[in-house]
Amino acid sequence: MSEVIMFHAESAPNPFKGGAPDQFVTRATPAARASEDYVNATFRGWRRENGRVGVRNHVVILPLDDLSNSACEAVAAHVKGTLALPHAYGRLQFGADLDLYFRTLIGIGSNPNVAAVVVIGIEDQWTNIIVEGIAKTGKPVVGFGIEGNGDIATIARASYEAKRFVQWANELPPETCSISDLWVSTKCGESDTTTGLSSCPTVGNMYDKLIPRGIYGVFGETSEITGAEHLCKARAASPEVAEKWFKIWKSYQDDVIEAHKTNDLSDSQPTKGNIAGGLTTIEEKALGNLEKIGRECTFIDALEPAEAPAKGPGLYYMDTSSAAAECVTLMAAAGYVIHTFPTGQGNVIGNPIVPVIKISGNPRTIRTMGEHIDVDVSGVLRREMTIPEAGDALIDMIVRTANGRLTAAESLGHREFVMTKLYRSA
Amino acid sequence: MSAPQLLVHENKDTVGVVVVEGLKAGTDMLCVVTHDNSAFNMTAKMDVPIGHKIALADIKAGDTVWKYGQDIGIAKSDIAKGEHVHIHNMKTKRW
Repeated sequence: MSEVIMFHAESAPNPFKGGAPDQFVTRATPAARASEDYVNATFRGWRRENGRVGVRNHVVILPLDDLSNSACEAVAAHVKGTLALPHAYGRLQFGADLDLYFRTLIGIGSNPNVAAVVVIGIEDQWTNIIVEGIAKTGKPVVGFGIEGNGDIATIARASYEAKRFVQWANELPPETCSISDLWVSTKCGESDTTTGLSSCPTVGNMYDKLIPRGIYGVFGETSEITGAEHLCKARAASPEVAEKWFKIWKSYQDDVIEAHKTNDLSDSQPTKGNIAGGLTTIEEKALGNLEKIGRECTFIDALEPAEAPAKGPGLYYMDTSSAAAECVTLMAAAGYVIHTFPTGQGNVIGNPIVPVIKISGNPRTIRTMGEHIDVDVSGVLRREMTIPEAGDALIDMIVRTANGRLTAAESLGHREFVMTKLYRSA
Repeated sequence: MSAPQLLVHENKDTVGVVVVEGLKAGTDMLCVVTHDNSAFNMTAKMDVPIGHKIALADIKAGDTVWKYGQDIGIAKSDIAKGEHVHIHNMKTKRW
């Protein structure tokens, strides 16, 4: 097939070391590198009613339950600039599983990347629980129940509100915010031995530089700490936090792994992709994984899934699954606004409301699927780039992302919104 | 420094990671320890894919395998220096 060139992009040398491998850069691209002075780095964000800062300005059409996906998707198809978040759950959940489900939905609506929310549910009572939970942030939110109205009337009523919200949100002016206003989460995926050598320590170096500047960080993946639990426990900020963390980890071992294991976590840890990438044991995978928390950070609390951090700026641990979409969704529900995602073999995950920045050091992945990668740290393996330089490249990309550059996952339409379920419904 | 074929995390480690595509048996590899940037040379005994591990010394069946300066599992069979180390000849001690 011949290639027809329709126009010439005015290309210029990339001013960002380690910048996205497939991105056009022109002379108009801002060349300021935040990492040259990250103490004073700023970005343009939206300060919400509760003081938190978002880097995106979504109007979300949020289904209470699986039955309401259809109406939400109809509203989002009709009212441009809105975003429906269809999901599979919300019926006949109970106990701790129901608490987590409410916490996740309320947290997603409350995330500062979201300007306003329309909630649609099959009935009014649980719909109101979500609406009232989100309303505590002070942002505009309204709910609609389908029973007694039907889908068509509900879609019409919800569309009027969605249109009002989206036009209001579009005129909200972004303001200059300090890098310390950022909440940055991390979780790696399709790990291999290159993640432990390059992309995970890149995230760790970023945390070592930005946590002392006052950002919030979070890591999780309870099952993937297995093998490095002694090192993780030693990184707790106090003996009390260490004990709280160890209790979460041990309970996962006893209640989940011991109850259901076959020989090696049912062949899920390491995954087939991990093994293809050269990882042999859960210990080797965990040691690479833990490189994401750097050399100097300690974690100041161990959070429940989707629990918002409440002990001020610093690094937190969250009890999460190691499945990428579940983990990123839980961290988004806790209020994190940017996600940093090291990958070796090439995980393509995104999130509907939180930009997911992919970092890879695997030269084969950069070569074969570079369109999914935002930060190329393969120079670390060639010894052309140091870990501190890779950390700076990530800080540059975090600030560019906060300023509105779409991540690879955003531009390719990855909107994986997956809720964690603790046990089967009634 | 020219680009290495093998990276090793810590001096204590008994395995290193291939960081180039298409590594062939017989290659005289430049190996770098990332902890202190020290370097040494070693011959690969097999074709080994990028990301996979090579033994830095002779490892006996039952020996602990070290990476990151940590115990990452146990050798299931004897592994000679320069050979591929993966699920066919090592496993976790946990299960």
